[in-house]
Amino acid sequence: MEWETVIGLEIHAQLNTKSKIFSAAATQYGAEPNSQACAVDLGLPGVLPVLNKEVVSKAVKFGLAVDAHINQRNVFDRKNYFYPDLPKGYQISQLDWPIVGEGEIEITLGDTTKVVGITRAHLEEDAGKSIHDLYDDYTAVDLNRAGTPLLEIVSDPDMRSAKEAVAYAKKIHALVQYLEICDGNMQEGSFRCDANVSIRPMGQEELGTRAELKNINSFKFLERAINLEVERQQDILEEGGKVAQETRLYDAVKHETRSMRSKEEANDYRYFPDPDLLPVEISDELMAQIKQELPELPQEKKARFIAEFGLSEYDADVLTSQKPMADYFEKMIVNNADHAKLCANWIMGELSASLNKHQLELVDAPITADDLSLLVNRIGDDTISGKIAKDVFKAMWDGEGSADEIIEAQGLKQMSDTGAIEAIVDEIIANNAPQVAQFKSGNEKILGFFVGQAMKATQGKANPKLLNEMLRAKLK
Amino acid sequence: MSLSEEQVGQIAYLARLSLSNEALKSNTKDLNSILSLAEQLAQIDTDNITPMAHPLHMTQRLREDKVGEEDQSESFQAIAPKIGKKHYLVPTVIE
Amino acid sequence: MSIHHKTIAQLSQGLSSGEFSSVELTQHYLDRINASDLNAFITVTDEFAMKQAQAADDKIAKGVGGILTGIPYAHKDIFCTNGVKTSAGSKMLDNFISPYDATVSHKLNQADLVMLGKANMDEFAMGSSNENSYYGDVKNPWNVDKIPGGSSGGSAAAVAGRLAPFATGTDTGGSIRQPSSLCGITGLKPTYGRVSRYGMIAYASSLDQAGPMTQTAEDAALVLNVMAGFDEKDSTSAERDVEDYTASLNDSIKGLTIGLPKEFFSEGLDDEVASQVMAAVKEFEAMGATVKEVSLPNSAYAIPTYYIVAPCECSSNLSRLDGVRYGYRCEDPKDLEDLYLRSRSEGFGEEVKRRIMIGAYALSAGYYDAYYLKAQKTRHLISEDFKKAFKEVDVIMGPVSPTTAFDLGSVKDPVSMYLADIYTLSANLAGLPGMSIPAGFAQKLPVGLQLIGNYWSESKLLNIAHQFQQQTDWHTQAPQEL
Repeated sequence: MEWETVIGLEIHAQLNTKSKIFSAAATQYGAEPNSQACAVDLGLPGVLPVLNKEVVSKAVKFGLAVDAHINQRNVFDRKNYFYPDLPKGYQISQLDWPIVGEGEIEITLGDTTKVVGITRAHLEEDAGKSIHDLYDDYTAVDLNRAGTPLLEIVSDPDMRSAKEAVAYAKKIHALVQYLEICDGNMQEGSFRCDANVSIRPMGQEELGTRAELKNINSFKFLERAINLEVERQQDILEEGGKVAQETRLYDAVKHETRSMRSKEEANDYRYFPDPDLLPVEISDELMAQIKQELPELPQEKKARFIAEFGLSEYDADVLTSQKPMADYFEKMIVNNADHAKLCANWIMGELSASLNKHQLELVDAPITADDLSLLVNRIGDDTISGKIAKDVFKAMWDGEGSADEIIEAQGLKQMSDTGAIEAIVDEIIANNAPQVAQFKSGNEKILGFFVGQAMKATQGKANPKLLNEMLRAKLK
Repeated sequence: MSLSEEQVGQIAYLARLSLSNEALKSNTKDLNSILSLAEQLAQIDTDNITPMAHPLHMTQRLREDKVGEEDQSESFQAIAPKIGKKHYLVPTVIE
Repeated sequence: MSIHHKTIAQLSQGLSSGEFSSVELTQHYLDRINASDLNAFITVTDEFAMKQAQAADDKIAKGVGGILTGIPYAHKDIFCTNGVKTSAGSKMLDNFISPYDATVSHKLNQADLVMLGKANMDEFAMGSSNENSYYGDVKNPWNVDKIPGGSSGGSAAAVAGRLAPFATGTDTGGSIRQPSSLCGITGLKPTYGRVSRYGMIAYASSLDQAGPMTQTAEDAALVLNVMAGFDEKDSTSAERDVEDYTASLNDSIKGLTIGLPKEFFSEGLDDEVASQVMAAVKEFEAMGATVKEVSLPNSAYAIPTYYIVAPCECSSNLSRLDGVRYGYRCEDPKDLEDLYLRSRSEGFGEEVKRRIMIGAYALSAGYYDAYYLKAQKTRHLISEDFKKAFKEVDVIMGPVSPTTAFDLGSVKDPVSMYLADIYTLSANLAGLPGMSIPAGFAQKLPVGLQLIGNYWSESKLLNIAHQFQQQTDWHTQAPQEL
């Protein structure tokens, strides 16, 4: 039987505010355990929550960026359950009146684009962390993370493959960074994905029973976990079994998903409006202000790159797919507006290849945008050829200095002195009579031979344009 | 409608309370009499009445995003039942 | 007159004139507390109090004291007090030394008041008789075989028993007004949002409100001046300036329109209580007020409404008491489940567990609409009734409690206990301010008159009460042996 996969994602993006959603404690990652858990975060008797304004603004920003309906009146609810890293015994979240309503986002996969629906996005507080392997007979609880603001972005079940799910997740990941509402750090858990996966016979309308996959902390694992789950469900269904609706934990080390200790029997969250918080009302003025402060979004940036710098659709798409890359490009062309295409090529070519090879993120690249900009400048002003530039790039990567320093130190400057080149050309013509004769009899290809000889004689430094012109003139 | 002892046991568990057999009996009786009091509400016509979660018609005030808390973990942990090196400890949880 | 019969206003004069010092005054009350059998306090903070008294005397000597500088008081054990045990009357918090101050505690400290100790109360403010305290029953100073009322029973007994010039209280369904009535003192529950709830251990967040319990309306105004005010730490606190509540105490009440809800004088109201209440109303008429019958048709549903809303909120509010970060933890929990189940079952008392379970059930899947949502709608109707009534009248009057204080241990059935809250619950559901003022005696026990005002009308209520107290002396009476 042919199966169709149906995937919906729940993305938890930690909003990058200075203080927590309901308290004035810091949100910094990696602090001493419990040093950033204040009275409110600990749920001491008598404490009360007060909502952080920035959290609201950031959620609205996201909503506007995905063309969503913003619920200007929204309500916080309590989700009640017991767990050691949930200090109050309830999580403050939003159920019936989330801040962001229905929206959508376009994803690109190869040549095809597709619109993925966003069901909703709501605000809630993060829980603390339970650490199970620190003490022999105890689970250790660190509440520093408790109260960190989260925007939970829920997609429609619109994805039909693991690849689409990854494309969607990457798109949201790029978007929250563009909006500067989340740092996107997946290792530190600032951006987390849960995947709801089900399969159904191709053509069937009704959705199959879904499993929720948790604990996925990279795009690579997202793809693997989904594919693994699809296989598992297929095996079950093809053997005549039934898929259980459950939460499954992805184990990246063992490359397996396993059922989490079944919480189903106690899964009655008893949501009700939090009486400690009042309905949030976002004024039209605040809406207008946030709209105005909205940064340029990926689609807009892409269109501008095409219009302003004459980049191809493809180049503009790649460059704007991640905010750090777009930023890098924009920094480069400050001094290189005439060489936009060249800048794009270098980012997408040498730089990306080297980052890949060394498994580095763009922000950690040893060559800054300004440095690379200088190198491209030297190609543009004919100081060096593109070929030589690749050697210079390598030297720059290895920390041997700036482009100019390396060019100077290694004497790589292009030879553009007509007299000097003429002397070399004359000598080559004189020493290679048979090849001259071939050219004269119409063998244009033989020109390459002369260029090669001249480059050899100048260690590649001869200005190729000048050399070509001169050879043609002299061989006539 | 009336709650059975089994249901009362489930409710107690939902609230993480355990009841002795005796307490289960007496609570079943008490809860049922309280709920029969609550059944009176069914007599009231509340069509088109909006639920009132707060006594005042105020909206949520928003706080500026400023850090204003220092590390007080020492005094907070002085009253904790069990602490490791800066961690709160509970019996091992198996996930 | 013995010093402990003096009002705050009189004590303040004595302190500033040098008639006595705060240290002397404080010692006097501490001696009385130590000699008392009322069980009005959970913790007596002798050392703490003497330090505060000394500091207050220093300020008075320098002439930098305020009107309340050096006045001792009893603080309900529901308010967090930094460095002092804050138990909320529960075994669950018997070991809880609060690491922070409630906003109210902070404000009282700022006003140089002297905390004598933490007053006894029903566990987590759940109760109408103060029989639900882990620390034992509180006795009514007028008759030690009777209940003092609840949940602020320790506070009421302390003031009536002259163990403190005033006490703080909290009122979720009548917990200031009812014990004030049964102990013959003056108690004010302000408009919801007037006094900060930060640091006040929550019972039912949308109903809880703190207020003063005093001998006189004038004293209540003086204390409310300190307790009230906007607090940025409480989202439900009103951004509204604090009036000087003493400013209009002496205004004439001629022309005042008093509403008597017919539903407050129906079946179940003790005849003698009713006649005392009516006598008080007559007194107001003699002072130039007019009386009008009003109707609060949905007030009969206040009991079922309240006993759904409050348990729902409390079931969630008390989830944080899990034995993980503070408070009671059972011995040797064998796993996490055991830790939760035993800590909570051993730590909470019967009435608290009952309300937690009612709330958990009323919020659970399939029952939410029939109970919680329905109750929130009825709550709206109850509040609309008042809105209508206040278009016609300035103040609503009636009894606080259907009977005088009953015998300790005499009411065993929870529902019978709940039914006695009938006259106080609706003000909380609507968020309105209410008062209880002494209005006579029945069966040799105090009877209180309830005043319910429109939103933010505390000044008006205090004015009405003060004027009544200028004409009557019920508020000056104290139990005989004192």
